[in-house]
Amino acid sequence: MSEMLTNIEVNCTTGEVTERPLTAEEIAQREADAAAFATAEAERVATAEALAALKASARAKLVAGTPLTEAEAATLVI
Amino acid sequence: MATAWTAIASTTVGSGGAATVTFSSIPQTYKNLIIKVSARNARTDVVAELRWTVNGNSTSYSNRLIQGNGSTVSGGTTATTLFYSGEINASTSTASIFGSADIYIPDYTGGNYKNVSADTVSENNAASAYATLTNGLWSNTAAITSIAFYYGGLNWEQYSTFTLFGTNNS
Repeated sequence: MSEMLTNIEVNCTTGEVTERPLTAEEIAQREADAAAFATAEAERVATAEALAALKASARAKLVAGTPLTEAEAATLVI
Repeated sequence: MATAWTAIASTTVGSGGAATVTFSSIPQTYKNLIIKVSARNARTDVVAELRWTVNGNSTSYSNRLIQGNGSTVSGGTTATTLFYSGEINASTSTASIFGSADIYIPDYTGGNYKNVSADTVSENNAASAYATLTNGLWSNTAAITSIAFYYGGLNWEQYSTFTLFGTNNS
């Protein structure tokens, strides 16, 4: 049996606190939001990791005295 | 005159957890909102994203961030369906430790687009703890009347606490 997902709602005007199960529509919306976030975040992380790899490669080439690519140089010179 | 903070509402998640914590019918009588969060999520990982939406709306968000986790620093743009306010503790982080966040929402009743900022940390008595600064924009002119924190189909764990404050500029 799957876990029941609930919503704690605080009415800020009355102070009333209620807890109820999420509706199927709410669950679907949250899952869609989560999926969209995961896609956007994966893109962000991939971009950040690619930049880090480029910087590491640039450093290694500088130490070795070998030519840098344009993209590698761009990570070191603003 | 010192800025006065008024605690509007607070809730602490009980046993069994809760997937969503919502502040509804937010009074429109303050200038700014501040939310203090101490939370832990059931996600099977060291951290989980602190995600939230306003007015039940899932469109027109943008977020920028800079983040360090003890070994690397990253930044960028993320999320269009919600506000992303950094990383808080999740279920595989050290037991009984909660992440914390300060969220600032200026001019929440105004007719301009709504910008927010947050500083968030995950505490962990081990490697891999996160510190994140975020700013977000909701490209909508509506006044903010409700705020909901949720992480997909996973619960905020027991003792997670969300407190909403209102402030005025004078």
